[in-house]
Amino acid sequence: MKTTVQKINNLTIGFQSQKGEQISILKNISTSINQGETVGIVGESGSGKSTLALAMMGYVKHGLFTISGECMFHSNNLLEMKNKELENIRGRKIAMIPQNAGQSLTPNLKIGYQIDEALRLHTDLKQTERDEKISELLNKVRLPSPETMAQRYPHELSGGQQQRVAVAMALAGSPELLLLDEPTTGLDVTTQAHVLELLNFIAKDTGTSMVYVSHDLGAIAQVSDRVIVMYSGEIVLDGPVRSILKNPIHPYTFGLLKSIPKLSLPGLPNSMSGSQPQPGSIKKGCSFFERCEFADDNCKLNSPSLEFIEELNTSVRCFKHNELLNLNKIDSQNIKSIENKILKNEILDLSDVSISYAKQKFLDQLLNKINDTNPTVKDINININKGETLALVGESGSGKSTILKSIAGLLKTKDGNIKFGKDKTLSNDLRQRDPSFLRAIQLIFQNPDESLNPNHTVEEIVSQPLRLYFGLKGQELKDKIIEVLDKVRLGEFYLTRYPRQLSGGEKQRVAVARAFAAKPDIILCDEVTSALDVSVQAAVLNLLQELKEDFGTTYIFVSHDLAVVRAISDRVAVLYQGRLCEIGPSNNVYKFPSHPYTEVLLGAVLEPDPDIKPKLVAEDIVEEKPPENGCSFQGRCPRILGDICKNEVPPWQTGENGNSIRCHIKIEDLKNQQISN
Amino acid sequence: MNKKKEKQKNTFEKIYEVIKTMASKPSGLIGLTILIFHVILAITSPLYVPYDYKAIDPTLMLTPPSSEFWFGTDSLGRDVFTRTILGGRTALTVTFFGSLIALLWGGSLGIFCGLVGGKIDDVVMRVIDAFLSIPWILAMLLIVSLLGTTTLVLIPALGFFYGKGIVRVARAATHDVIAKDFIVSARARGHSNMSIIWNEILPNVRDAIMVEGAMRWSWMLLGFSSLSFLGFGVSPPTPDWGLMISNARGLMSFAYWAVLAPIFGLSSLIIGINLTADAFAKALGIDRSTKAPV
Repeated sequence: MKTTVQKINNLTIGFQSQKGEQISILKNISTSINQGETVGIVGESGSGKSTLALAMMGYVKHGLFTISGECMFHSNNLLEMKNKELENIRGRKIAMIPQNAGQSLTPNLKIGYQIDEALRLHTDLKQTERDEKISELLNKVRLPSPETMAQRYPHELSGGQQQRVAVAMALAGSPELLLLDEPTTGLDVTTQAHVLELLNFIAKDTGTSMVYVSHDLGAIAQVSDRVIVMYSGEIVLDGPVRSILKNPIHPYTFGLLKSIPKLSLPGLPNSMSGSQPQPGSIKKGCSFFERCEFADDNCKLNSPSLEFIEELNTSVRCFKHNELLNLNKIDSQNIKSIENKILKNEILDLSDVSISYAKQKFLDQLLNKINDTNPTVKDINININKGETLALVGESGSGKSTILKSIAGLLKTKDGNIKFGKDKTLSNDLRQRDPSFLRAIQLIFQNPDESLNPNHTVEEIVSQPLRLYFGLKGQELKDKIIEVLDKVRLGEFYLTRYPRQLSGGEKQRVAVARAFAAKPDIILCDEVTSALDVSVQAAVLNLLQELKEDFGTTYIFVSHDLAVVRAISDRVAVLYQGRLCEIGPSNNVYKFPSHPYTEVLLGAVLEPDPDIKPKLVAEDIVEEKPPENGCSFQGRCPRILGDICKNEVPPWQTGENGNSIRCHIKIEDLKNQQISN
Repeated sequence: MNKKKEKQKNTFEKIYEVIKTMASKPSGLIGLTILIFHVILAITSPLYVPYDYKAIDPTLMLTPPSSEFWFGTDSLGRDVFTRTILGGRTALTVTFFGSLIALLWGGSLGIFCGLVGGKIDDVVMRVIDAFLSIPWILAMLLIVSLLGTTTLVLIPALGFFYGKGIVRVARAATHDVIAKDFIVSARARGHSNMSIIWNEILPNVRDAIMVEGAMRWSWMLLGFSSLSFLGFGVSPPTPDWGLMISNARGLMSFAYWAVLAPIFGLSSLIIGINLTADAFAKALGIDRSTKAPV
């Protein structure tokens, strides 16, 4: 029998509303964490998962208070302890790894000093012992050459390395329980896979219990033994990772898993309607009732309690779990496959485009000349056909957003041409572009909080392009706005709303409406779904696809999420350090990733399935600048040939399936090597 | 979520809401009361002043406060009460319009510099810095002695000197919003700079600039009174607090009332404006303590 590290009994945390009502953020949470166990807590934003993780440390956010229940760490109730006593537990017994390590490390202190500080606080080691321990810790989190690393400042490290330092600091006090709050969310795909693998290793190696909080089911599937699914402040499902992800017996988890795009299944995922209820708005009945496809009258009137099911070793909060148990596995879900009418009609042509961010010398500025032998983006040649969805993928720093900005005219190109239609060259300077070209190319941004003016109503926001391009006024304008809003499934009563009064998904719909109001030929989508919750993401993707079918719009879709790209794109272009590596029909690229970088990238994608492990082929070194000569991927390539890769720019070669790659190794050889691995 | 709720407020309701929030705290309520009292006094005082403000009576020189002369009389035998309640009129008018001018030119130049950036921004800001380093009172004295002390000179001159600080605040506020995607989006759509300033930037920086303007008003009031005190503001015999303090300060040791009354008038108005501006800032959600005035 394993010992229990932490036990939470009937914990309810909430706040007092202005009307004096007590509103719960967490409702009657009861669970326990055993020694050596890794528990994943998943839920969408606002489900209370972070509040729960903080409560596990004995911390309740300002403005919230414990209404009832206790949080027992061994035999102490953390929520009743004094701050002085908690200080002895935090760091020594329970440690936390925050979401953004870059922000949680003090920027003007060296890494070694910061770890030393943690050691001084949480251990009784002497100076010389501590120095040894620092090296040992940095070694443990697999940072190269610990001695030099300890002398560096946080900004000299990459995001993945910073996260490793945060892990090292948390391990300094050899805690029994490690809380991780979205530790890999801001990281690149390959780095994320490496950090998760490290965490898995540490959990096994030290026997530390871990609580892993995330919205990402893919990451949860990789690290946890047990999963807790939260919805609206309640635990709706609690059980072993396999049974929960393979056979979800709660309708919320069922829907959530269906709405995640997967690499193994092409096509658009189903979306889940509605959004999470506001805290305090549900008085009786199941909190998931409004969005549930299985609900009946019983669910409306009575709240289900958490029920333990012996055979699955799972607790579930649903009346209908038996129905779901008998339902077919989620693999049989009907997925909408996309079929776009692509006309062999070129709409946009990028030829030899290079973009440089280098600061220009004064003389060059005067002559309007850009001198940079190693520009950020180089030699981009892409043709885009009308009605196509082209996806640009790559890790951060791959230049995908830079290319979008150049197409939109926001960034000047150094060399090369961008042609619209067949023969019209788009001017480098936004101000000199013809208004009809500006109208034809519209942008949708990643974060609708930033892309919508907070002081404009939805009506004003959508009216901007209509007034600018079509000069509409008065009733005509209003009718058109309502028509456009209708297209994105927003009703007339949204007209007078401000962005802050809308949910994340609604805001992004307004942004989509604004782009479509201009009747564009091309829409540039810059990470449009990455700020959204999974269930909302699927809805936005579906909306984009429907609008495309209606209007025949061409999309250029930038994303770091390869599964999302798989779902929506016809063709994929893979970028590394601002250079094209591979381009081809997405079916082929995903089936046979020929270029070594594509292979690395796809291998690192996390699937919400504990049995599909990511393949870690290459090191997750971060390169700051593209190499001057040779292949852009030479620094990390697992199949590097030697000097030829370092000195000569690899040639383009096209495989039989229509994808082109840029590599010195023959496409057939690459395929054979992959099979033999 | 409850869909058909929340009727949107129109402009008047919003202003009412802001004033209500301002008055909900004691400091805001006191500030507003003092300010409104002064404004009403300035508008209506000529209707009910007990004496003629310029009537000199040597027999009544320096009479202490009494039921006949509430605040006593000054060295020329003029009623101090009459002159005190009239004394804020010029100061309020000149500084109110001065602040408006400061807001207009400071705000628009600041937003313009913030939006355009680059070389133009650099040059303009260095010129502003250079002006900031000149003691304003010296420059004011120069202007006033060259062009005279009429209201038509004072208002634009004060407006100019107090607008320099607003340029910096407006520019900083613009910098906050300029990097946001909605500005990028407007640029990519091809809106003109004018339209971007008017539609996208102004609604987001308006609050900060207005609060700064309100603060500048009280500073300008002090500045204007200093000019009068030095004899460069309002010319006698027009009643004005600065001038009154200047005239009576030599007799302070035995005729304190002649100095005290205008001092009380001036400082209460400045305190009133300051408290109101603070409450205004809080009601709009701007915390002045985190944004140091430049």
